Amino acid sequence: MRRKIAPYLLILPGGLWLVIFLVVPLVFMASVSTQEGDIVNGFVQTFRLANYTDALVEFKTQFLRSVGYGLAGTVLTIALAYPVAYWIAFKAGARKSTYLLLVLLPFFVSFVLRTVSWKFLLADDGILLQPLKGLGLLPADFHVLQTTAAVIGGLAYNYLPFMILPIYVALERVDPRVVEASYDLYASRRDSFTKIVLPLSLPGVFAGVLMTFVPMTSDYVNASILGGPANTMIGNIIQTEYLVNNDYPVGGALSFTLMAAMLIGIFVYAKALGTENVLEAAAR
Amino acid sequence: MTETQAGKEAAPAASDISPVPAIELDGVVKEYQAHGEVVQAVKGVSLSIAEGEFFSMLGPSGCGKTTTMRMIAGFEDPTRGTVRLQGQDVTDVAPNKRDVNMVFQSYALFPHMNVWENVAFGLRRKRVPEQEIKRRVGEMLEIVDLTGREKRRPREMSGGQQQRVALARALVNNPRALLLDEPLGALDLKLRQAMQIELKRIQREVGITFVYVTHDQNEALTMSDRIAVMNDGLVEQLAGPREIYERPATKFVAGFIGTSNLLSGTAEEVGGGTAVIRMGDGDRVLVPVGDATVQGGAVEVTVRPEKIRISREEPAVGVSAVRGTVSEVVYLGTYNSYAVNLAGGTEFTVFEQNAHDSSITAERGDSVWLSWQPHHSYAIGS
Repeated sequence: MRRKIAPYLLILPGGLWLVIFLVVPLVFMASVSTQEGDIVNGFVQTFRLANYTDALVEFKTQFLRSVGYGLAGTVLTIALAYPVAYWIAFKAGARKSTYLLLVLLPFFVSFVLRTVSWKFLLADDGILLQPLKGLGLLPADFHVLQTTAAVIGGLAYNYLPFMILPIYVALERVDPRVVEASYDLYASRRDSFTKIVLPLSLPGVFAGVLMTFVPMTSDYVNASILGGPANTMIGNIIQTEYLVNNDYPVGGALSFTLMAAMLIGIFVYAKALGTENVLEAAAR
Repeated sequence: MTETQAGKEAAPAASDISPVPAIELDGVVKEYQAHGEVVQAVKGVSLSIAEGEFFSMLGPSGCGKTTTMRMIAGFEDPTRGTVRLQGQDVTDVAPNKRDVNMVFQSYALFPHMNVWENVAFGLRRKRVPEQEIKRRVGEMLEIVDLTGREKRRPREMSGGQQQRVALARALVNNPRALLLDEPLGALDLKLRQAMQIELKRIQREVGITFVYVTHDQNEALTMSDRIAVMNDGLVEQLAGPREIYERPATKFVAGFIGTSNLLSGTAEEVGGGTAVIRMGDGDRVLVPVGDATVQGGAVEVTVRPEKIRISREEPAVGVSAVRGTVSEVVYLGTYNSYAVNLAGGTEFTVFEQNAHDSSITAERGDSVWLSWQPHHSYAIGS
C-alpha cells in the first residue's frame, strides 16, 4: 500500500504549487473574462462571450504585431545562438563550462535592468550614437530606440541563452565519430554539416524555439522600454487593461486568447516539425 | 621488426597479386603534445600491405595500432613519414578524398538515417547516379544479409546488425582498402565468432584489402593472412599467423600471443644452429638458435604448453627435459592444464590433450618430468 502512495507523495509539493498558483488564478481569470461591470461598482458574471470578440477586434494589430515580433525574434535568436552553441560544443575544448557560465552570466542581473541599460546605450544622445553623429558617420536624426528593430533586438538579446543552451546540449550529444564517419564517406565540410550535424542538432533548435517564441510573443518589458507607441505588443495591452484601466474582463479575455493562440501554434509546430520526418528530409 | 617469409603462408600476399602494395607506410611517426611534453604514439612504422590481403594490427591498448590505422584513413597526420595508397603518396590528402573506408569501433552509424540512407551516404556524396545507387546498395545489403531491413533505424537493430550496416556502408563504395577498428569489440562471444567467419566470407566475396585492428589474438590468428604485432608504438613482428604463433620473434610476442613458458639460462655449447642451454638448477635443454647467440651468453628459451609432454618417468634421450612438481591440475574438457613448478622456481604451464582415456597423468604434489622436441622450443632475444 505504501509503495503505491509513495510516487504520488513525490509529486504532491510541486503539484500543489501548480494547482494553487497556476490553476486557481486561471480559473479565476476565465471567470472574470466573461463578466461585465467596472472596478468601482464591481463585476458581475453574465457569461458575455462578446468580451472576446470585442477585445480581439480592438487589439488585432497588437496581436499580429506580437506574433510577428515573436517570430522575427526567434529567427534572429537562432541565427545568433547556433554559431555560439556550435563553437562551445566543438571548439571550446576544456573551457566549455567557463563559456557556458558566461552565457548564463546575464541571468545574474535583473531582466528589466539589462533592458534599461540598453536604453542608455542606444539613446539618441547616448554614448554610442552621440559620438558617431558628432563624427558625421550617422545623420543627426538617426535613432534606434522606439523602433521595431530595437524591440526585436531586445527580445533576441534577452532570450538568447534559452536558445544557446538547448542547441548546445544537442550538439554536445553528436558523436564525433559519426562526424568522422561522414568525412570518411567523402562528405565535404559543408555536406557533413548539413547532412549530419545540423539534422542531429534540430531537436535542440526545436526545444529552443519552444522556450523562446512563447515568452517573446507575450513579452511586454522590451516593447515598453525600447519601443515607442507604434511598437506596443499584446503584453503591454494586457498589462494596461489590468493595472491601469482596471478592465479585468478585457484583460482576461486577451490573456486567454493569447494562451489559446500559443497552444494551437505550438501544437501545429510540434506536429509539423517535431516528428522524424524533418530529420529524414534533412538527411537526403 | 622482422619480416620473415611472409609470402609463404599468406596466400594472397606478395606472390600472385600486382606488385604495387595496396597500402604502404614508410617510417611513419606520430607525436602528440600532452601536458607540455611530446608523447610518441607511433615510433616509426614501416610496412606494406598487399592487394586483397587480410592484414591485422594486433597489440594491447595504447600500442599505437589505432593511431596507425587513423593515419591510413587520414584522420591523423603523421608527424614524419609517408603513407601511400596504391603507390600514391596520400600523406597530406584529407580523409574525404582518400579511397579507403573505415568501420568504426562503435559503428558510428548515422542515427537519424535508416539503413538504406546510411549505406547510400558515400555513393550520394560521390554523385553516383540514383539508378546505380539503388543497385549497389541493394546488392551490398544482400551480401551482409540485411535485405528487407532497409527502413530500420540503427537504434532499432541489434549490435550484430548494426555491425553489418557499418560494413555495408563502407564496402558499398568499393574502396581500395577497408579499415576496421576493433569492429567486433562490442559483441558478445558467440556473435563475435560468427562475425569473424562472416567477415572472412565477405572479404573473399568482395576481394578488397582488409586492415583489421584488434587486441584479440584469437581474432587476429583466425582471420588474418598476415599480422603485425605492435607494442609501444613499434611493430614487434610481422608475419603470418602460424609463424607468429610458432616462432614469436620477441619475448613480447611470445607472451602476448597464447600462453608461453619461459626459461632463462646460459648458452653452454653453441654450434650447427643449436645450443645447449644450462638452466639455473643444472638441467640442460637443447634449443635451435640463430647467429646472435654466443657461448656463455644469457638466453631465454620459450616453449608452448601444448608441445610439452608430462610424464612420471625420465623421458628417453634426444628430447629436452626438465623436472618439476605439479602445483595445480585443472580439467578443461578437451584438455588438462597442469601448473608445474620447476626446481629453479620457474612456473610452467602444460596442456595435455584429453585423448585416449580420461585419467590424468599426475596429481598435485607429484614429481614429474616435462619433455619436448628441441625444435618445438626456440631461443629469443629479450
